[in-house]
Amino acid sequence: MRLYLRYLSIHVRSQMEYRTSLLLTMLGQFLTSFAALLSVLFMMDRFHQVQGFSFEEVLLCFAAVLMAFSLAECFARGFDTFARMIANGEFDRILLRPRGAIFQVLASKIELSRAGRLLQALLVFAYALPRSGVMWTPARAGVLALMVLCGAAVFSGLFVLYAGLCFFTTDGLEFMNIFTDGGREFGMYPLSIYGESVLRVLTFVVPLALFQYYPLLYLTGRATDAAHALCPLLALPFLLPCYGVWRLGLRRYRSTGS
Amino acid sequence: MKAYRSFFRIRFLNGLQYRAAAAAGVATQFAWGAMEILMFRAFYLAAPASFPMGFEQLSAYVWLQQALLALFAPWIFDGEIFEAITGGGVAYELIRPLDLYGMWFIKNLAMRLSRAVLRCAPILLVAFALPAPYGLSLPPDALALAAFAVTGALAALVVCAFCMLIYISTFYTLNPMGVRVVATSMTELLAGGLIPLPFMPDGLRMALELTPFAGMQNLPLRAYSGELAGAALLRAAGLQVFWLAALVALGVSLMRAALRRVVVQGG
Repeated sequence: MRLYLRYLSIHVRSQMEYRTSLLLTMLGQFLTSFAALLSVLFMMDRFHQVQGFSFEEVLLCFAAVLMAFSLAECFARGFDTFARMIANGEFDRILLRPRGAIFQVLASKIELSRAGRLLQALLVFAYALPRSGVMWTPARAGVLALMVLCGAAVFSGLFVLYAGLCFFTTDGLEFMNIFTDGGREFGMYPLSIYGESVLRVLTFVVPLALFQYYPLLYLTGRATDAAHALCPLLALPFLLPCYGVWRLGLRRYRSTGS
Repeated sequence: MKAYRSFFRIRFLNGLQYRAAAAAGVATQFAWGAMEILMFRAFYLAAPASFPMGFEQLSAYVWLQQALLALFAPWIFDGEIFEAITGGGVAYELIRPLDLYGMWFIKNLAMRLSRAVLRCAPILLVAFALPAPYGLSLPPDALALAAFAVTGALAALVVCAFCMLIYISTFYTLNPMGVRVVATSMTELLAGGLIPLPFMPDGLRMALELTPFAGMQNLPLRAYSGELAGAALLRAAGLQVFWLAALVALGVSLMRAALRRVVVQGG
């Protein structure tokens, strides 16, 4: 942990050196998700509700997913860009060092620029929390925190899975984007609006709905049982197969030789 | 002219080599398109009267957008060009007896075209096979198809001319990231990349229809299904031609100004 903090402070300092570049990238991140926010605004302005969810309830969803995603991207970005690490031989150097590979890949990149998206999520929360019609109790606030944290864990798991698959393909697998970037883009709305079968896949295969749709039902009072509230925790076992693929890949890793 | 043609051919054939990447891209774009249509379906069910176009027309919009993503997406750039500007490689390019603007423009067009050619066929095939309101239907008449082809070609040129401005801005800023992310993130929305223009509030939509953004993907994707036709289509296409000329003129003059003061530092 202390070592991780060391890495963290090095990354922060090195990125602060290029302050303009950092700020512009942050701005870009902010604007990208701002464009997405505007599209939600336009759609909800025209249709007023989607599957009974109001604009403010959708925003709650939007902000929770956005925050989870940007946290995951900020800290687990090393796995997202792992294909490059294998291709340029950087990973061989990591294997030589007396620390776990997961730890080092995790510490190899920390993206401060994701703060741009994080800020957006915070602003949306600030707008939506009081207006969403949710009676905020400590329990509900806790569920919201669970949504964000477990969401960040699931997205990180997806990044690790993606990196694990890189061992087999050497190149990145573009298809994984549908779950990472797609999860962010389509998670703007409660995942039930995409229909039964999509919801089932996103519950049992890639558990995006477990930290998004089900706890949202609890927050908005559509469901009152503890099962819905604690759904985000059920998403955590998803990390195991992700880790498994990584281990499997690591065992059959062959350097690209450059 | 012959030189430009061969540049086009080289870049085009080069782009055709990345078949595995194209296969992965096809799968992703197909899933993406399907999710998008499901999303619009939910809104359609919420208030069918508020839907500004027919559902079939929307499906056509989404599928063509995914199939031709490489042609119209504003965020596709040629990394080599940025590198040439920031790394000084532009000096070599300047030695060639060719107009730099034309050469880079052609390269971009060829790159986009080759990617689109590789990816569009499978997506279009599956989209045609999907059941009625969710799949891609044939255009209502030959005129719509012709309008789609003409405005589509012009739209690709407009997008290239827009991207050229971003490349050229690098001469001034020397850091491509800033202008690039700011410009592309908003263009995606304004050109109808996230939701089609008719879904936007009327005031904004009417303002946007006067800008070059409306002449990007918005125009051909709506012309195909006949959603945009007649006088409105002609007017939009006229503006599209105007903006194409304006963007190219602006790009050429900015580039000339930039090259007059370009400094290549040693190396």
